[in-house]
Formats: sequence, C-alpha cells, structure tokens
Amino acid sequence: MKVAALCVIGLIAWAAAASPVAADDASSNVEAMSHGWEFSEHGGADLFRSVCAACHQPDAKGAVGAGAYPSLVADDKLASTGFMLAVLLRGLKGMPPVGDMMNDAQVADVVNYVRTHFGNAYPDAVSAADVAAARRPPPLSK
Amino acid sequence: MNETTPALSRRRLFEIIGASVGGAAAYQAMTRLGYAEESPYRGPIKLDGDPKGASVIVLGAGLAGMTAAIELERAGYKVSVLEYNSRPGGRNWSLRGGEVYTELGGATQNCEFDPGLYLNPGPWRIPYHHYAILDYCRRFGVALEPFIQLNHNAYLHSTHAFDGKPQRIRDVKADYDGGVAELLAKATKKGALDDAVSKEDQAILLEALRSLGALDKDFRYRAGDDSASHRGYAKHSGGGLGAEPIASEPIGLHDILTSRLWRGLQSFLLYDFQTTMFQPIGGMGRIGEAFARHIPDRIRYGAKVIAIQQNETGVTVAFEDLADGGMVREAKADWCVCTIPLSILSEIPINVSTRMKAAIDAVPYASAVKFGLQFSRRFWEEDEHIFGGISYTDLPIRQISYPSTNFNAGGKGVLLGGYTFDGPNSYEFTAMPPAERVKRAVEFGGQIHPQYSTAFENGVSVAWSRVPFTLGCAGDWSDEARKAHYNDLCQIDGRIVLAGEHASYIPAWQEGAILSALDAIQRLHKRVVAA
Repeated sequence: MKVAALCVIGLIAWAAAASPVAADDASSNVEAMSHGWEFSEHGGADLFRSVCAACHQPDAKGAVGAGAYPSLVADDKLASTGFMLAVLLRGLKGMPPVGDMMNDAQVADVVNYVRTHFGNAYPDAVSAADVAAARRPPPLSK
Repeated sequence: MNETTPALSRRRLFEIIGASVGGAAAYQAMTRLGYAEESPYRGPIKLDGDPKGASVIVLGAGLAGMTAAIELERAGYKVSVLEYNSRPGGRNWSLRGGEVYTELGGATQNCEFDPGLYLNPGPWRIPYHHYAILDYCRRFGVALEPFIQLNHNAYLHSTHAFDGKPQRIRDVKADYDGGVAELLAKATKKGALDDAVSKEDQAILLEALRSLGALDKDFRYRAGDDSASHRGYAKHSGGGLGAEPIASEPIGLHDILTSRLWRGLQSFLLYDFQTTMFQPIGGMGRIGEAFARHIPDRIRYGAKVIAIQQNETGVTVAFEDLADGGMVREAKADWCVCTIPLSILSEIPINVSTRMKAAIDAVPYASAVKFGLQFSRRFWEEDEHIFGGISYTDLPIRQISYPSTNFNAGGKGVLLGGYTFDGPNSYEFTAMPPAERVKRAVEFGGQIHPQYSTAFENGVSVAWSRVPFTLGCAGDWSDEARKAHYNDLCQIDGRIVLAGEHASYIPAWQEGAILSALDAIQRLHKRVVAA
C-alpha cells in the first residue's frame, strides 16, 4: 500500500515538473496554496480571501477578543490610498507588512478590491506603479 | 520564490526550515558563530529591601506576568493579577481532549483527543540553555522529559526532489557530508588548497575529511563499509545464516545539492535547537499550571483590560468583567507590570511617554499555525521506526513532529501535523475554517505518510492570528525597529513597566518572557525601595 501511494506522489511531482504553471501548485492537490514566500493568489478577491480575511474576517467586519481587528466595512480611513499602501507595505501596530509578500500588481489589486467592496466605493484606483513608488523609501530632506 | 533561485536570505532559510520560532534570536545565535554568551539568568531573584506595603497590579497571567507576581509577592508586595482568559499560562498552553476552543471570528473546535493526548499550540520545546525556565520547572516541580529535535530516521521531503519521495535525514546528512568531503579531499590532493593550507595541515585535513564524510581508504565516498557506518544498510546485519549486511547505495552529490534537502539539516545545527531539549511531561501547559499554584487567589480571570491610566499616586486599570456581562470595573495599585502582548496593548488607551507609546506601536506580530492530528495507531513508530523528532517538508504544513513521549507503547497518538511560522501559508491556513485547515493538513501529510488516509481520527488547529488572547503568535521585531524602539519599550515609565517575550531578545520563547519579567521587577523594586 505504501509503495502504491508513493507512486501516486511521484506522478504528481512529475506532472508538476513538466509544466511551469503546475509547478507552483505542486504543493496542493486541492486548491493551490502558495509555494515559497510570495503569495501565489492573483486578483483582489482571491488575495483578500487568503490574506486579509485571516484577521479582518471573510466579511471584513473585523473581530474582537482581548484586542480587536478593525472592521474594513464602510471605512473612512480607506479614503486615503497613501494610508492603505503604507499599512500594507510597512504594517501598522501589530499588523505585519503583508505587502512584502506580494508583487506590485497584487498589492494594487487587493487595495482596489477592498476600496470598492464591503460598503466602500472609492473611485480612485491605485496602479502597480503607485505601489512601486510607495515601496521606495521617502526622499531624504535637504 | 522559485526553487532554483539561489539567493536565499539567511532569515528566509530559517523560516523555511521552521526555525524562526526564535526568529531574530536564532539568526543572532548563528551570526555569533558560537561566541554566544551564556544566559544572564543567575539563579532565583533576590529582591532585598522593604517595599513598605507597596501594591502592584500585574496585567496578564502568562509566564512573564506570573513570574513577576510570584517574585514580587515573595518580596513583600501586595499583588493582584488580571487575566483575560479563564486559565493561567497565556501562550503556555496544552489543548486536550474534551476542551472547546473558539477563535476570533467565532469558529469553535471541540478537541476530541483521547485521554492523555494533547497539542501544545504555543511553545513546545525548551533548550538546555534556557536556564531561567528550567530553574522554575525545578523549583515548581514540573517534571521534564527529552524533546527529540533531531531524529536521523525522520524525513526531509521536497515536492521537487526524488519524485516527491521523502528521504531519511540520515541518508541526506551522510551523503551531503560524504559528497562534500570527497570533493574537498580531491581538491586538497590536486593542490588546489596549497595557497591556503600548509602541507602538514593538508595531511591532517585529509584524515579529518575521511572521518567527516565516511570516505574509504582512497578518500572516495562509495557504497561500502565506510559509508554504511554513517548511512546504514540496504540489508541490516542479522543473526545466523544469511546474516551478513549489505551496504546501501549513497545518493550522488549532484542529486543531494539540487534536491536542496540539505537546507533541512540546518535546523539541527542552530543553537536554539541543539540537543538536549526538553518538554514537560503531560504537556507544556503544566508549567503555567504550576506557576499559578504559587499565587492562589491572586489571579482574576475573565478580566479584559480596556484602559491603563497612571498619575503621581498610582495606576488605575479599567477592565470588563467577562463573567459579569462585561461590567466595567476598576483596579488600582501603586505600580503596574503590564505583560499584555503589544498587538493588544497598542489598541488600549495608556498614558505613557510618546516614546514608549511609539515602541508599543512598532512591533508587528508573527502569524503561525499549528495542527494536532490524532491517529488510531502510531504508524510512524510501528511502520517507519520514527521515535520522536521532526520531518521537514516544502509542503505548506512545513513540518511533522512525532510525539516525544510514550515511545514503543502502541496505541493512539497525536502528531504535530504542521507548523507554519510567517510566510503566505500561515495566512492562507488562518483564513480557512478550522475544519478545512485540518483537512488540508491531512492531505498534505499523507504525501509523506500514506498511512494518514486510513489512520486519521480527528484534529484541531490553532491559527495564532486568530487567537483571542494574543492576536498573533509573537513580537516579530525587525532589526531597525529594535534599534529605534526596544530601549524605550523596556523603560519604567512613571509607574508602569512592560514585560513579556516582546520585551526580550529571545522573542517567541518562554525564556524571553521570564527573563524580561525578572529584569523589569528588579528595576522596579530598586525604584520602590529607593523612594
């Protein structure tokens, strides 16, 4: 039985090696999880569901225990794209800088998604270029 | 990150091998190249001098808070403790059968482990050089047993190597050492090291390489008696007729290198994970329980701190009494030792200096997930002869740890079915409903142990970003943040001093929590006595 099962694993690994697309998914036989240290999800909805929802919850309403994760629903703070980018790229209080594990397009996608869902309807989208600029350290004052 | 990308930072490497439990500390331990100082712990703390009836309120009944409470009470202080949970210990915790755990968001798990089986969702191993916690265990009568970190018969596994077939740590280690030693011996004999190593030393080096790599008389690493003395046998020695052993065939250096399984060997070299390691018999939670017995009636459970205010005369802490519908009450004391995790404290109104407040707000909290899986039989022992230790994998579960107790006794067992620390998978697992997490852990683990599919019975998972009493696993200091804020965090601010693993250079370890508390109360006591 053990031998047979190992053969199955061998096939999975072989299939993964045969295709660069599948290689990223080799770690999962259900729904892909990231392999390595950058999120493999793409698109705001998927990124929100796999990253933000861990703390802010799938409905974005936050959660309360001894402390609290803030709700992102109809959130005035999200009016500022600069604020949101800073939070994702540099973290805020206990929140880690999860944008470190995303590329610029992923950060832009998830920012735009949250700012247009959950009772938020901010019309100004951020671009990958905006994210790249926000990643750079602020210029030194002269 | 692509598997073929060679530029792998040290820290990432540690994360991959699951060594970041000590995070920066492990990193520092490595970069110190063995010049690590011994623990600053110098035996039971002595707080000489009369506190003159001073009172202290301790926030949090984890190991930091209870250390402070116990020692301050001994020194003559009037001590009270507020704790959010309904049990002592904080992250020192064992989840056992019959217990119910509800995470942030409301998902509830009923732990269905058989009697005696448990998961340590938080700390699970104690290095021999964590003198303070070992001393408290001795003083408080917490019995320890060895925690097996390195088991040569456990596995290293990569979905990208050896067709996904797990390799015994023994084989990877022996063949890695053997291959590298053979190569270096060859280079030495060719004169490639003549500039760097004297002729006399080269002769010694060759003998050393032979010893390191189990090389044969010609300095080759080949199947034979020499290599078998490290990597074992294809057919083991027996008794009677046909008892002669057959040496096993080494894996070639190319395959070892490109498999990258050698990365998994690193964890066994790290100062934080060197043998001997320990665990309390019956679960890590035994330590928190033992601490609490030394301050009976001092801990108020179900108290959610919502404000901390100080003035010239004392400290007032407002808290919700969770046993009384969240009724807001106040507790006052002359001094306050606050061990509330910064992930929570940063959201609580507290009038401390702007510098300390900036420090409180400066520390992100790591995300980590653990799984406890119960199986109907200990197949890892019965089928695979793995007694304790850890298998490392590049699957999202990262590692499987086998119980370091009740060896060879048959019956059921609980595996640590996965342990992620930071990285995308920690968030992805956390974002799943608990049942889905466990289902995934069983599927992933089944790629290493096919017996999972028939022997799995039940499981629980604890995702630390959803743990109601911490909102994260541990303080994840960056070097920059430490430089800017650490000293401010550790000051006595008026009548308030902070303690906990976050106020230590041993983050995410219980030792850091205890040493931090001892340092804080020592300085506090000096101030009180001098007043």
